[in-house]
Amino acid sequence: MTTANGVEPESLESESAARERVGAVVGGSLSRGLDVRLEAAPAVENVKVGTFVTMQGRFNRFFGIVTDLRLDSSDPRAGLAVAFGGAALAEALSGATAYSTASVSPMLTTSAEGEAPQPARSLPPHFAPAHRASPGDVAAVFGGEDERHIWIGSPLDMEETRVCLNLEEFVKRSNGVFGKSGSGKSFLTRILLAGILQRGTAVNLVFDMHSEYGWQGTSESGYAPKGLKQLFGARVSVFTLDPDSSRRRGAATDVDARIGLDEIEPEDVGVLAATLGVTDLGAQACHTLKERWGDGWIAEFLARAPDELAELAEKIGENAATLGALRRRLRVLQRLGFVAERAEGGGVVREIMEHLADNRHVVIEFGRHGDNLTAYLLVANLITRRIHEEYRRRAERALATGGAQPTPLVITIEEAHRFLDPGVASRTIFGTIAREMRKYRVTLLVVDQRPAGIDDEVLSQIGTRIVCQLDNDRDVEAVLSGAPGSRELRGVIARLEAQRQSLMFGHALPMPVVVRTRAYDEDFYAAVGAAGANLSREDLFG
Amino acid sequence: MSSAPSAPAAAKFGEVIEASVERLTGQCHALYDAPPLGALVRAGDALFTLVDGVSTAALDPGRRVIARGAGLDSESDVYAEHPQLERLLRTDVTLTVVGHRDGGRIFRHLPPSPPRIHTFLYACSSGETAAFMEPADWTAILLSGALPAADDVIAAALRQAAPCFPDPRAFLMSACRLIAAQLPADAARLAAIMRRLPLDEPGV
Repeated sequence: MTTANGVEPESLESESAARERVGAVVGGSLSRGLDVRLEAAPAVENVKVGTFVTMQGRFNRFFGIVTDLRLDSSDPRAGLAVAFGGAALAEALSGATAYSTASVSPMLTTSAEGEAPQPARSLPPHFAPAHRASPGDVAAVFGGEDERHIWIGSPLDMEETRVCLNLEEFVKRSNGVFGKSGSGKSFLTRILLAGILQRGTAVNLVFDMHSEYGWQGTSESGYAPKGLKQLFGARVSVFTLDPDSSRRRGAATDVDARIGLDEIEPEDVGVLAATLGVTDLGAQACHTLKERWGDGWIAEFLARAPDELAELAEKIGENAATLGALRRRLRVLQRLGFVAERAEGGGVVREIMEHLADNRHVVIEFGRHGDNLTAYLLVANLITRRIHEEYRRRAERALATGGAQPTPLVITIEEAHRFLDPGVASRTIFGTIAREMRKYRVTLLVVDQRPAGIDDEVLSQIGTRIVCQLDNDRDVEAVLSGAPGSRELRGVIARLEAQRQSLMFGHALPMPVVVRTRAYDEDFYAAVGAAGANLSREDLFG
Repeated sequence: MSSAPSAPAAAKFGEVIEASVERLTGQCHALYDAPPLGALVRAGDALFTLVDGVSTAALDPGRRVIARGAGLDSESDVYAEHPQLERLLRTDVTLTVVGHRDGGRIFRHLPPSPPRIHTFLYACSSGETAAFMEPADWTAILLSGALPAADDVIAAALRQAAPCFPDPRAFLMSACRLIAAQLPADAARLAAIMRRLPLDEPGV
């Protein structure tokens, strides 16, 4: 039988023997991927979309992932022959006349052991043997676990092998975790946040819509994964907007956060326009009111009796009906449990800023307000805008004086498409942060199930994308927009398992990889093993 | 020789009367004493051939055979009544050369030169057959040749060789896969060959 063994350089033979050979390169192109003819019967059924393979040329080793599989036949009439020929004929034909071909996207290449992999711009020769990647290959591409890399999961069918993510590169760009509900986004996000926390690569600010990151959350299986506060104790500060809920859940919180009406600015109302039902005219009227009354504009405005509005409208040159509608909408804000007439002390933003400056990570728990989109949008926008301003000031000052830059800040937001949809992305601070990238050392970690709802321009700035199962074609298209080889990756996403499996690609990873997320369990708690790991409420507060 | 001492030795049955590199004609020493179609036949010590045809006719082409059974009860009575028939008729075999032996090595392709006339022909022992027939690379010569009954010869050869292997079915399947690889665009021909093989019979 002719095999490609002759192509294999002798020095590599012994090493190749340890790997599982899957087949040989028989054709293809750089742009549409290589065709690898699968040889051994087990390989035909075990090689999956997303399997990480290496192809050994004479001088270079190539790394790629399987993006598609198909059944080919050298005789188009073979099917007919088998229909009349029985099982033995089928057995004789399979592997010879009828065979499987894997499409492999070549991603990286190395010319010698130990050399850092480069993007593949050449191809392995015909009949180059293809092997399932070994743990050594995975380590060569993704690096080992160290002070910059965290172990995030293992490649397909390689349970013992670790795929590591370079966190230092990760926090330099805005990133996204996408996937439909129940696909494991929260677990992945927890692992990322805990990794950032433990390695100290950045400080986190988490808008914890469903109260699952700070203190223990709930998973679909009923298991209660520990929150960051339980793992890292005093290094994490939990701000709660719903102290009752936090108490009921037995969660340890540090600060009961209250937002003063005087902290809300016309821009904040502008962002809320869609959810509150404020018209454009109403949003403009806010600016007029702010000019008239300053910081206390909402309180002043809401204090007016309805019959005073006509007079007020005349005075400031607005329409009385507009003001009436605006007043009704703004009362919604006043009724939010965490909104006070005036900010206490320096306001919650300053308090958060102090914690962040002290390298303490902040989780803002929404409790029952998590279901209230208005509350979530209001708080996330209001706090982020001010913190971003503060960061910008500090970064510019550091630039001017040559002083130390502030620690990078990663802001985690859920339901991101609400902030970043094409209609509001240009107005919300999140759109700005995503676009200006790391200029001021503030980046986003976007957690979302409807990436199609996110503004294209923002999406194109997402550095590292972690994609769990997505059903909707438009969502798949959206997360792949601007990614090289997106056509091939589409097939990979379509075949992700429903849970704990994700495709990761982008800035912090040398090549796309399908990963089974590591378990978020006792072993993980022990591994992130910060002082204060596994703390109970009593341990923390007596 | 790869045959074990206990294995039956190859049996001499005739000799070469016409020879080329690809084909031989042999004559049997005894009437009707020809190996069956597809049998592996060794010419001399070095050449391997497969029986692709067997024919029996009058020794002298000018003298036609005539019917002699009128008034006799059975065919064997014909030969008993006319003992000269054993001398007037002869059985020929045509052979396709499929390999040769050089020193200890077996090659499953054509030899450099044909055998001499009168080289003795031997029906191979089962040990020799097993040693030569796998791998079934010799099928290439028949598959690409012009022999009209090539597929029958291949099938007959495989059928006869199969019992020489401890796992006959495995031998047949590996040969079929090899044939499949040589006929990438002709699954129907493979199917035709395989229909002639005892693949689905019990015990095979």
